Amino acid sequence: MANFRSAPPIDMTPMVDLAFLLVTFFMLTATAIPDEPVAVDTPSSVAMVKMPETNVVTLTVDPKGRVFFNVDGQFTRAELLDIMGERYGVSFTPEEKRTFSIISSVGVPVANLKQFLSLTPEQRKEVPQPGIPVDSAHNELVDWVNGARTASQNRVRIAIKGDSDADYKTIRKVVNTLVDRNKITKFNLITNMEKGADFDAMLAKQAKKDH
Amino acid sequence: MAELGGGGGGGKKKGGKVRVKKSSTRIDMTPMVDLAFLLLTFFVMTTTLNKPQAMQINMPDKPKEGDEQPEVNERNVLTLVLGENDKIYWYIGITDPKVEVTNFSATGIRKVLQEKKAENPKIIVLIKSLDEARYKNMVDIMDEMSISSVQRFALVEITDVDKELVKESQL
Repeated sequence: MANFRSAPPIDMTPMVDLAFLLVTFFMLTATAIPDEPVAVDTPSSVAMVKMPETNVVTLTVDPKGRVFFNVDGQFTRAELLDIMGERYGVSFTPEEKRTFSIISSVGVPVANLKQFLSLTPEQRKEVPQPGIPVDSAHNELVDWVNGARTASQNRVRIAIKGDSDADYKTIRKVVNTLVDRNKITKFNLITNMEKGADFDAMLAKQAKKDH
Repeated sequence: MAELGGGGGGGKKKGGKVRVKKSSTRIDMTPMVDLAFLLLTFFVMTTTLNKPQAMQINMPDKPKEGDEQPEVNERNVLTLVLGENDKIYWYIGITDPKVEVTNFSATGIRKVLQEKKAENPKIIVLIKSLDEARYKNMVDIMDEMSISSVQRFALVEITDVDKELVKESQL
């Protein structure tokens, strides 16, 4: 054996450079997934429109028919809380505003919001949230959505993120609130990419488009 | 640094000059590289590149008072009623329609839509929904609209007449 020389050392520098480049890239592009109070399994569809990442109001509807409200942007959220506090006669402290601006979806009536914000993050995860009232008699969702539009200078888009098993009754209440009370006729439904067995449907659609 | 094990020809050491063995100043990079790849793997795995898909919906404005409503021939109107257990009740027209039932399979509602559209290109589809229907049904039916390229459809409130029709059909 040629033992006068150990195995030729391979210079790893380029590889390490590349690895760190990729690490940096993924670290910078990674966005922390915020804690959602409910896990929602959205239905799949052939819709191919991508959701924008910013300025989105997400109305989550869970299988039990609870509605959660979320809007992104810390400044929008802080301002929204001001607007809601004014509307419902609740004053929020700067501490509560800060808390509200960094959490995600909320599903509590405004009356309980102050108490909800005073909880620790762990408690907030545990505490059951009754959902935002959307009944025609007691509808807070309309104020949340209007507040979010005001707070963001009308730049927000509305998206409904419903669970597959959410009943139509709740969805109808949400849609009616948007259309009748907020006068928003354009909105999005968040869905999954259709896959597997229904792939042929997508192909069929594509073929139709090509015609 | 960039040589690969000194394999290049002609670079042989000249003559008798014996190098003094120095302690290597090279730093063992292995742990760092391990860490780099660990992080790389972590971020690759946790990054979700697929943004959620969304379906755009435009609801009609509520008609104002004094707005003129266009008249539609009732024979151009196909009504779909989404019911419980993923059933779809459908009928054409308003006066004494024949209610039939179908489902969301490829041979179900898709076939109905495509047949009706071939028969009558002017077809207008009204989508109504019973309270028992699931949200998934609503998304699915809108999907079917786009798959069958039905241009004119609307999500409308269910009326008592529709509920009666569905109940009477006993399907």
